[in-house]
Amino acid sequence: MKLLTHNFLSSHVKGVGPRGFPLRLQASEVRIMPVEFNPDFVARMIPKLSLGEVPTEPIQGYEQNEDFLRTMHHILLEVEVMEGTLQCPESGRVFPITRGIPNMLLSDEQTEA
Amino acid sequence: MATGGRRPEHGGPPELFYDKTEARKYLRNSRMIDIQTKMAERALELLCLPDDKPCYLLDIGCGTGLSGDYLTDEGHFWVGIDISPAMLDAALDREAQGDLLLGDMGQGIPFKPGSFDGCISISAVQWLCNANKKSDIPAKRLYCFFTSLYSVLVRGARAVLQLYPENSEQKFSPQLELITTQAIKAGFTGGVVVDYPNSAKAKKFYLCLFSGPSTFLPKGLNEVKDEEVARQSTFMNKRVPYRTARSGVVRNSGAMRKSREWVLEKKERRRRQGKEVRPDTQYTGRKRKPYF
Repeated sequence: MKLLTHNFLSSHVKGVGPRGFPLRLQASEVRIMPVEFNPDFVARMIPKLSLGEVPTEPIQGYEQNEDFLRTMHHILLEVEVMEGTLQCPESGRVFPITRGIPNMLLSDEQTEA
Repeated sequence: MATGGRRPEHGGPPELFYDKTEARKYLRNSRMIDIQTKMAERALELLCLPDDKPCYLLDIGCGTGLSGDYLTDEGHFWVGIDISPAMLDAALDREAQGDLLLGDMGQGIPFKPGSFDGCISISAVQWLCNANKKSDIPAKRLYCFFTSLYSVLVRGARAVLQLYPENSEQKFSPQLELITTQAIKAGFTGGVVVDYPNSAKAKKFYLCLFSGPSTFLPKGLNEVKDEEVARQSTFMNKRVPYRTARSGVVRNSGAMRKSREWVLEKKERRRRQGKEVRPDTQYTGRKRKPYF
């Protein structure tokens, strides 16, 4: 699972709603996988990320700063979490990650449906 | 995959149907691979994403990553959800480039609002219509799926879901009705595009859902020889002279070659590629005197 995806993942446990974000990530095994650099894509994704305590106005002209984009590209797209867990901040439910695939299956009681 | 005979959804839940043996078919059977890839191509076309822009897409029921591979080839980044561990294992073996999640679409899509620029699904959504556990109510699962899908899409984004509705040969398919009703309840507009409606084998259903204001629904493909007509139609108010229309000089985007719009579009494309382009002025693309 790439860190970019982790930034968008949210818990869909019943009753949790927007408080199910962000999922707390505990990684026990991580891998670096090279991915072709696409500055357009990285620049477009940056405003959509939730980066915790960060100054609300991003540095002007970040789209042109190639070093910055390459660093973000490496962090978001090349770091793969292979083993670990994701935890819902509201309900405490844990979603395990095996072979890079998070298991998001819920039990019947936890499903909205 | 539904064929003329028994539907796989009647035999049990998808995580059991899509076992290692079934997964292997997606890896080996060239006909299956071909069909799935073609449907992914058509779905991406119906998604109408902006040209040359890499997008973050969702693939529902991604399976072995066949459709995902097509998305990667087109330069997009994607996340796939599937309920079958065997299919996802096969996707790992094929080194699918997108992120994979083990999940049940009927439980909702676990992402924050406005995450994805678009969504495709190939041959998956019809599985929601069959209740496999006593506690399953198909309508509720469909509603949960569609409401969460609506939420995770960027405003104005589309979802194109290719599916095999039961009783599609008949005039009225209750399953298709059920699915579209839940989609509308969730806030989507759109409709069903049917390709090759007269061919039992080639007929394909694409549920095209829009999360923004209503737009024109693309035309379904037909066996008509001049396929340009049956493809996506762009709507222009101008009349194109018959002679020019016949010579194929009108492009897909509606701009006639060498017209001012075409020049402006080309300059914009080159700017996006990062090339140096002269600024647009009142003189851009203006008609020159014949001896210019």
